[in-house]
Order: sequence, then C-alpha cells, then structure tokens
Amino acid sequence: MAIAQARVPEARFAEWMGFDGLVQLISVDGQRTVGCPYWELVADLGAEQLRDLYTDMAVVRRIDAEAMALQRQGELGLWAPLLGQEAAQVGSARALQPDDFVFPSYREHGVAYCRGVDPVAMLRLWRGTALSGWEPADFGIATPAIIVGSQALHATGYALGITLDGARSAAVAYFGDGASSEGDVAEAFGFAASYMVPVVFVCQNNQWAISEPVRLQSHASIAERGQGYGIPGIQVDGNDVLAVLAATRLALARAYAGQGPTLIEAVTYRMGPHTTSDDPTRYRSHHEEEAWRVKDPLARLRALLRAEGLADDRFEDAATASAEDAAARLRRGCLALPDPPLDALFEHVYAGAHPLLEEEREAYVAYLATLES
Amino acid sequence: MAIMSLGKALNAGLRQAMERDPKVVLMGEDIGKLGGVFRVTEGLQRDFGDRRVIDTPLAESGVVGTAVGLAMRGYRPVCEIQFDGFVYPAFDQIVSQVAKLRHRNEGRVAMPVTIRVPYGGGIGAVEHHSESPEAYFAHTAGLRVVTPSSAGDGHRMIQQAIASDDPVIFFEPKRRYWERDEVDDASPLSGMPLHQARVIVEGIDATIAAYGPMVATALDAARIGNEEGTSIEVIDLRSLSPIDFDTIEASVRKTGRLVVAHEASVFCGLGAEIAARVSERCFYHLESPVRRVGGFATPYPPSRLERHYLPDADRILHEVDRCLQA
Repeated sequence: MAIAQARVPEARFAEWMGFDGLVQLISVDGQRTVGCPYWELVADLGAEQLRDLYTDMAVVRRIDAEAMALQRQGELGLWAPLLGQEAAQVGSARALQPDDFVFPSYREHGVAYCRGVDPVAMLRLWRGTALSGWEPADFGIATPAIIVGSQALHATGYALGITLDGARSAAVAYFGDGASSEGDVAEAFGFAASYMVPVVFVCQNNQWAISEPVRLQSHASIAERGQGYGIPGIQVDGNDVLAVLAATRLALARAYAGQGPTLIEAVTYRMGPHTTSDDPTRYRSHHEEEAWRVKDPLARLRALLRAEGLADDRFEDAATASAEDAAARLRRGCLALPDPPLDALFEHVYAGAHPLLEEEREAYVAYLATLES
Repeated sequence: MAIMSLGKALNAGLRQAMERDPKVVLMGEDIGKLGGVFRVTEGLQRDFGDRRVIDTPLAESGVVGTAVGLAMRGYRPVCEIQFDGFVYPAFDQIVSQVAKLRHRNEGRVAMPVTIRVPYGGGIGAVEHHSESPEAYFAHTAGLRVVTPSSAGDGHRMIQQAIASDDPVIFFEPKRRYWERDEVDDASPLSGMPLHQARVIVEGIDATIAAYGPMVATALDAARIGNEEGTSIEVIDLRSLSPIDFDTIEASVRKTGRLVVAHEASVFCGLGAEIAARVSERCFYHLESPVRRVGGFATPYPPSRLERHYLPDADRILHEVDRCLQA
C-alpha cells in the first residue's frame, strides 16, 4: 500500500544529513533504537502501515522463493534472488510517490512489486518470452538494466528532465556495490551534482558482486563515495525497513526541495547466490552467511511488532496466506506465459520503416513456409 | 535559397529544429558559449538559453546516458560528441541502451536521440581526431546512421534526424564544414527522405558510391574521368543504415561496374556490405568485380601521412580503371 510522503521540514535537512554513523531504527533483536533522529522521519507511521511493511516483505520473499523454484524446475532461464534484501527494497520503494520514477537493476523485484508491477510480468524477462515485462510509464519504473550501472545515468537524465519541466518529483537509481565501480555510476554522480538534479542513488551494498567482496570495489564506505562530487551520503542499516524508509524519505524531500542528489548506502546481505547460475560456496563462508542470518529483515520487524503488541498469530497467518497466494498466482501465471510470436523478433526495432528488416522478415517467413510444404 | 557552409547550414538546421519543437535540447562538451569546437552550435545557447543548450561535464557515456533518461522523460535530445575518436566511451550507452531500448520495451519506450559526430580526416589533426567509426554503428540494429556531404543535405538531414522517432547517429564530414552550397530551407522535413541515396552525376561506364567527405572526392574523380573519356556515375549514399540498395542496384544495372569509396578501413567497412549486396542483387549485370577503395588496415596515420591513407580522385580512378580492364 502506498504511503504518503511525510512532511520533512527543510530546516532540519542539515541536522539529519549530519547524523554520523549507520542509521538504524530497529535493533537486530527487534528493539526500537534510542537517540537516532531519523525516528522523526517515520513517526507518522501507524500500526497498519507497519504491518503492511511486514506483509510486503513476506510476500516479496515468497515470490522470490517461488521464482527460484521455478528456475530449478526449468521454467525460468535464470533468476537473480533478492533474499535478504527485502527491507532495503520495500523500505525504499514504499517511500516513493507515484510521480517518482525508478531505474532498477535486475534484482529489484521487491521494488517493482511495490510499484504495482504484476510479478508474473517480471518473469517474462527471466523465462525468455520477452526482453521486458511492463509499461514503464504506467508504474513509474523502467525495465531493469542488465548492463551494470548504466541506469544511474538514465535516472540522472530523467531527473534533469524533471528539472527542465519544473516538476516536483524525483528519479531513483537502484544499483549494487559492484556497480559503484562502474564509470557510468561515477559519471552519473558528476552530472547529478553539477546540475543539482532531483535524483536519489540507492546502493544496496549486499557485500558481494558475484564472487567479489565489497572491499575489492571500494576502500571507503560507499556512502562516502559521493562526497568528492558534493553528493551527501546516508549509510543505513539495509535490513531495517524503517531506517531505509526514513533515509529514502529524507533523500526524496531533499530532491523535491531542489537540493540535488543524495546517495543512500543500504548495508545488507545477499543471502542467496548472485543468480541461479552462481555457487557462493566457492567464495564465501557458511560462517559469514550465518552471521548475517541473525540480522534477518523480516524477523526483525516481526519481533518489533510482537513486542509492541501490533502483531499476533492471526496477523502472521494472514501475511503468510497473502504470500502463499502470491506464490501460487506467480506459478500459474508463469506456466501460462505464452511463447512470443515470431513477429516479436522483428517488431519495434525501429519506429519507422526499415527496408532491410522488412526484407529479412519476408525472406525468413518464406523460408519457414518451404519447411512446411 | 541561400548559399552557406555545411557548418552554418547545420547550425541553421539545429535552430529550426529547436524552434519547431520545444522538447529538442542540445547537449555536449563546449557547445554553449563556445558554440562547439567547430562552432556548429554557435549562438544557440545565447538564443535558447542554457536549459536547452546544455554544456556537459567531460564524459561521453554521461552525455549519451543522460540523453536516454531525457528521452524517457519526453525530450528529444541532440548530443554532440566532440570528435569521432571520442565516441568510444559512449559506445556502451549507444549500442546497449539507445539502440535497443525501443525493442527491449516492445515499442513502449521511444528513443528519439540524435548523436552528432564530426568524423573523418584531412584536416591535419592529431591522433583520435580523424577517424571514421561509422561501420560500428551501421552494424548495430536499432540505430539509423546518416551522413550529409553538402550544406543543403546537412541542413535538411539534421532536421529530419531530430524529427525521427528512432535514434540517429549523424556523422558530419568535418573537412567539409567550410564548403559552401545551396540551402533550401522552405520545407526541410518534406524534402528527399533521410534514407534515400542520391545520384549526383549520371554516367554509363562505371558507378562510384561514396558518402560524407568522399562525395566531393568522387565528384572530382568523375570529372577527371569524363575528361579522359570515361562516363562515371556518382551516388551519394547519404544513409549508411539503412542503405538505399535500390538506387545502387539501378545504377549498377546500367553501368555494370561499381567502386565504393570511403575513408574508413576497407576491411569490414561499408564497402564490404555494399559489394556483397550488389553481388546478390545484380550479379549478372556486373562486368567486373566490385572494387573498394578506402583506408588501410592500419590505425589512422599522423597527419603528414594522411594523404596516403585517404583515398583521392586518382586512387578512386585507379579502381575504376581496374573495373574497366577486367
């Protein structure tokens, strides 16, 4: 469910941005942290909204698990699981407003879900029935970028368009710790800072770029890497859905107020493989995975809701039922996805006429006809 | 009808495109106050403001990548890459994003981006300032690639490129920027279509197909050939993707001989594609093999050697003679 943007007074930006250290609102054991000024940024959230955030994460986790299963059963060519990153994705995406526009990478299924994209549509790409899944303008989220980091520039250009239009919205680029090394991300930082455009860079630092640890990408924290460009950073506990929501709200408020780009580093962990083709046992330890398992984003919010009397067994059962229902729909929808018609191969390459393409299409159709006769 | 240089004609064409459509924005390095290193955007920032003529940081991938985002926001960006040899940092954004986004999104995303690239040699430049990278882009599905050879075409084609809903790589023959020609600005969008080749000089013994900077050289060759008794037809291809093979074929059916001339290296150059197509389409009308003349399989040389690298009228005529002797 969409959450309205909180009133974030501009007079307080500097104070919040000046907060030193990791923004965390829910401790690993599910307690509210004390003394973090970012609490004020989510003070408006009521019990229902907190419960919705939990349900979102439960549904997204279950969809992800179902897609993994579908891949293992041969129904998808590939899947890039988000397991462990539910809070980073749901927390940031739920801060967004309808007019904002997201430029995701290929792991942002949770973000796409929060933007209202049908999970079945997400699978078209992974099942190989299309190169995209949905109408970007309808949901305010672009087709996922597979070229790592390329989308940071697209978001920056879109944000430049927002500025030229005099509109009050933001573009949001999602990328990972690996992408932080890409030239396009560096160039996006430079352009965004130079033009002071309303863009939010959300880096989910999930510690691993396939087999390469984040320390190979960066000696400094990723949140600090914007500073040389004049882009302030917020380092947030990416497994804490409220902290991510608060940080994203602040970054959006800065964007809406014309204060330019913000870099959010959501510190999280990719609990699964990079993709279904990956084998993390070759490069990281079981011990490390276990150390992150106790920081689980769902368990943390559940503990908070339980401790504060906002959730009971019935609520959890309902959340589980929603998740199971979404998974079942995903499976049914996946299996029903039609193979694309041959025409899709040749269509939309160009907007206008292109004689070579037409010639090739006609020749191939004629060739196929010879096989039938 | 006015007489102006190619550079001025492009400037006038850009101006008209900006007047016609408020969503047209120019972006590139030094295109604002300086007017671009070749002055093609001279005066446009002054007249349209720095929100429509945008100086960018020195990052070519950034120029094209932000243009993608602007296009998705409904703008019609025109990027200037300062020199041919500087386009490669933007190659990924052009090939993986600009070219593919419409198809990737099943037609739901438009990418009306024009990327202007001054290209070619002959101006005594330093390394990376004289290259002809058009084949890389012509090879990429989703792009249109065009190159004017004259002021009249430059003026018309830049406006047609900007009005196109497809991405267009617009190669400008930099050594011809100062050459003057008639410009008819009455109805630039309804003139000769962007992708139609033009027979500039008619002849009966052989055809020379050229584009961009080599068209003037081909015309020299035809003139000399005529003086020596060989009637040469010259085709200005104008578009390198798609290529107007119908016009080439009609000419070859008449002359029976074809020489393709370009500055780019012959190997895997546009001439290779044209030779292959011509052999498929009108093999039995050929009196001799299709010959190609162009740059060598070397990097572009230092400027004191470029007269050897760049085909001149004599080298083109040498290939015409080989066709005639075959």
